[in-house]
Amino acid sequence: MRKDGRQVERLQLPFRVAFHISMQSVRIRFWRSVITAAGTVLGIAFLVSVLTAMMIQRNSGAVTDPSERYRMTWLVIMSLLVCLVGITNAMLMSVTERYKEIGTMKCLGAYDIFIVELFFIESALVGFIASVIGWFLGVFAVVLIKLFSEGFKVFGWISPGEVLLYLIYSIVIGTLLSVIATIIPAQVAARMPAAAALRVEV
Amino acid sequence: MAVQPQTNQAVTTGTEYIVRCKDVVKEYMMGTQVVRALNGVTLDIVRGEYLSIMGPSGSGKSTLFNMIGGLDKPTSGSVFINDVDMAQLDAQELAFLRCRTIGYIFQTFNLIPVMTALENVMLPMIFGGLSTDEAIDRGIELLKLVGLGERLHHKPSELSGGQQQRVAIARALANNPQIILADEPTGNLDLRTGKEIIELLRQLNKEQGVTIISATHDLKMVDVSDRIVWIRDGRIDRVEERAAVEVRVGDVEGTPG
Ligand SMILES: Nc1ncnc2c1ncn2[C@@H]1O[C@H](COP(=O)(O)OP(=O)(O)O)[C@@H](O)[C@H]1O
Ligand SMILES: [Mg+2]
Repeated sequence: MRKDGRQVERLQLPFRVAFHISMQSVRIRFWRSVITAAGTVLGIAFLVSVLTAMMIQRNSGAVTDPSERYRMTWLVIMSLLVCLVGITNAMLMSVTERYKEIGTMKCLGAYDIFIVELFFIESALVGFIASVIGWFLGVFAVVLIKLFSEGFKVFGWISPGEVLLYLIYSIVIGTLLSVIATIIPAQVAARMPAAAALRVEV
Repeated sequence: MAVQPQTNQAVTTGTEYIVRCKDVVKEYMMGTQVVRALNGVTLDIVRGEYLSIMGPSGSGKSTLFNMIGGLDKPTSGSVFINDVDMAQLDAQELAFLRCRTIGYIFQTFNLIPVMTALENVMLPMIFGGLSTDEAIDRGIELLKLVGLGERLHHKPSELSGGQQQRVAIARALANNPQIILADEPTGNLDLRTGKEIIELLRQLNKEQGVTIISATHDLKMVDVSDRIVWIRDGRIDRVEERAAVEVRVGDVEGTPG
């Protein structure tokens, strides 16, 4: 209800519909999604490879240098930040590519928040898939390298429970990373004027 | 309701105007230069008419489309839809107006590329609060109406230009709008397909009573229009009525230009 008493009916975008649109968007714009996912895949793969390497070293009985651990933590954090910027950049490009589509949705009645919602769901989906891939690559790479340097005894140094725990870390951190990286692009998209639907050139 | 004092009351009560533009001026900044895209447009549009806005490229047709469609705000002057000044509406009310009162058709069709024909038509209904089942039923009905009953689940990229424009027309009709606003709807279509689209719009105008406002420089539109507004350099050059017995719009445009 407005201050002058006029009733305004709320428009809506049910989550189910938003999810479907975002899912289709990831699928159909496959290569664009791959570029966005690349940042998360790399960041998570690095994180998991460091974790896995530390686990193998610990289980092998070798002593870990605490300063090394500190250095690696910094490296992981820095790499995740770099990936964040990469994802933001890829998402911003995706927004500029879709100016007409966003403008059109606004012509059909979409509120700014609908557009934000669509971009967040999309980046969460991409982030989720990318995290799983990144986790797999991270574990795989380290195990392969150790296999060459240490031989088959590596398998004795792997704790499956811990590796699975890394998957959960990966999904949480990777999805969050992807969504956080999309805050600015989603804002840019939401501010796209409805009149953008008519624009012929970018 | 703040009715403009200059308005001739006898005229406003005599006919029902769905859109009224009053001294609409729109300026764009191009770097440091001011471009005046609309230079004082005053135009009353009658409910149920088929109005074409004709003019050469760059004359301000799309800008006027933006003003009437509530997609952008005039620099000065006002636009009324159903006697409501659009400047008074907040973002939410504007979204509601775009969703429910106006259907938009574009030169480049503007279907959402990741959605099927049916999903495109359903989207404004979903925004408007219809259930999925209701939206599917009405979506199918509308796609049949525009002759695309066989292409419900095709993606826009799998449809020809003419078919995409038909989907766009079905989508524009989704929430039973009072106005259909079209910007060069035949601009990207070949002659024959363009004619078919014009025929379809005319048929909808007659059968559903929806007001059609079409910006165009396609002279094929002349034949079907009730009135043609010629614009030039952001001003109304002249208004032509179809010779027919359109008495209802008799003395509306006393001093065009
Ligand atoms: N967003 C904008 N920014 C700057 N100038 C614009 C913009 N939109 C339109 N114009 C200018 O306004 C004038 C009218 O444009 P437009 O309304 O698109 O004409 P038409 O649709 O009749 O071809 C042109 O000179 C155009 O360059
Ligand atoms: Mg134009």
